[in-house]
Amino acid sequence: MSEHPLPDPADTIAEMLHQPELESDAVRSESRRGVLIALPSWIYLTLFFAIPLLIVVVYSFATRSSTGLTRLTGWNIESYKRLFDPLVAEIAFRSIVLAVATTLICLAVSYPFAYYIATRTPKWRNLLIVLVLIPFWSNFLVRTYAWRIILGSDGPLAQITEWMGFEPVRLLFTNSAVLIGLVYGYLPFMVLPLYAALERMDWSLVEAARDLYADGWTAFRKVTWPLSRPGVIAGSILVFIPSLGAYVTPALLGGAKTTLLGDYIVSQFLAARNQPFGSALSVAVMVVMLGAVVVYFRSGAKNL
Amino acid sequence: MTIAAGVRPKSPIERLLAANSWLVYAFFYAPIFLLIALSFNDNENVGVWTSASTRWYSEMFQQDDVMRALRNSLIVASVSTLISTLLGTAAAISLERFRFRGQRVYDGLVYLPIIIPDVTMAVMLLLFFAQAFNIIDGLFGSKPAFGLGTISLAHIAFNISFVAVVVRARLAQLDSSLEEAAADLYATRWQAFRYVTLPLIMPGVAGGALLALTLSLDDVVVTSFVAGPGATTLPVYVFGLVRRGVTPLINAVSTVMLAASMALVLISLFFQRGTGTVAITEEEPLEET
Repeated sequence: MSEHPLPDPADTIAEMLHQPELESDAVRSESRRGVLIALPSWIYLTLFFAIPLLIVVVYSFATRSSTGLTRLTGWNIESYKRLFDPLVAEIAFRSIVLAVATTLICLAVSYPFAYYIATRTPKWRNLLIVLVLIPFWSNFLVRTYAWRIILGSDGPLAQITEWMGFEPVRLLFTNSAVLIGLVYGYLPFMVLPLYAALERMDWSLVEAARDLYADGWTAFRKVTWPLSRPGVIAGSILVFIPSLGAYVTPALLGGAKTTLLGDYIVSQFLAARNQPFGSALSVAVMVVMLGAVVVYFRSGAKNL
Repeated sequence: MTIAAGVRPKSPIERLLAANSWLVYAFFYAPIFLLIALSFNDNENVGVWTSASTRWYSEMFQQDDVMRALRNSLIVASVSTLISTLLGTAAAISLERFRFRGQRVYDGLVYLPIIIPDVTMAVMLLLFFAQAFNIIDGLFGSKPAFGLGTISLAHIAFNISFVAVVVRARLAQLDSSLEEAAADLYATRWQAFRYVTLPLIMPGVAGGALLALTLSLDDVVVTSFVAGPGATTLPVYVFGLVRRGVTPLINAVSTVMLAASMALVLISLFFQRGTGTVAITEEEPLEET
């Protein structure tokens, strides 16, 4: 992440001084200046991020007392063992299936969509992408809430299907409702990196492939797809991570039988009052996500 | 247009692509328009349309709860945006323009809050504040309370990283020879920064600040964990209402929140106009048509 070909400003200044004995002093004072600029945010993030992160890890090894308090003695791995309970495994499995399904649906819909936008004239392209940015920036809670109206028992979807002569479709409080909500919520997160990758692509390479008698499909498979892969991976991670930890969407659109990891973790803190177990769940989810991000950076992508 | 060579105009594939795109736009916007339309429905039953009115909007402004939550949201959002923009911009500069020991660790510390899911962040901060308050209680004999202070501290914690990433992207695009030229002309480091670098990264700083503002105004999960009794923000208040059901009043509040987000999009586009960057997408290359 930090290897940049940019010339180091410290070097520049040292060069300007042309005095070898002063060189190391200049470099040292530059580096001191860098630390000083970084210091406020460094302290802030240590205090309000690194230490809290550490506390969660510590709590995950603690014991829950019978009154729901956490006893910071008698360290054990009971909370982690509970992760393999059939009930927990079922919730984890359902969350992963939904997150993977959300990612795949978003990818399948967004790829041709981003491709279409990227192949328009620059004027159209900008307009079309702004129309994606508006939902991207719009309040997530409100956008999810809109689906609660649409999917509700006397909502538009039920009314339209009934009017068409079918059994009214009532999806609210089911897994399908959660899936629709997740796809709707995170679709822009897939479209934007895909668009960025396709738009930046050198299209003359596709022409070259066609000149060499590749048919449209082969040219796509051998040229376009590999070149757009960083976008595919970035988009997939940006969709998969929040879907796996989703709380708002299942809370609004899901039912009692569709508990996901996000609301299960929340309930450990607010309802069940089992902080060690909730902490262990959080740590587990975090490890999965960090794994996903490591895969992302390994695949050669440079920025989020 | 050279790029259309791979896809012949009006070929069946082209038509399918176009159809897919219009369906995606319909999917994006139908729920938004429906919500806006329903907020003007006079009927108390959301599913039955009677006549258009602004009744729910006037009712909304008379609800003390809504107004208090709105005020809280605005306080938290402005405080956290201001502080996180300052800290995040400094973080971006130190990462992009300086080399120092421990930089890699610091780099990771800046990126992690983006990757970590909200739920984990919420849990972390809840446990941290509870623990810290116990320690403060033991030391000074008085216990601080959860409230707007804890919410703001939590929002700054996740916003610093987002601001840093946006500003850093802008700095990386910048030609560092401009700063060197300033140095050649006997500008001090501070002058070079103040008169060359800062004006050039301003669009990035503004973009980062708007992102921070949006994230702060949107957050439900972290806020509801660290809010404590009596201090709710607008999204947390709406979330509580929505879980109980759909009402025309929520439709009106939601429409106002949507309008605010859209105003922010327009402002951010305005800031990025002419700089060639649109949000997180890359710079637009010049193209002959």
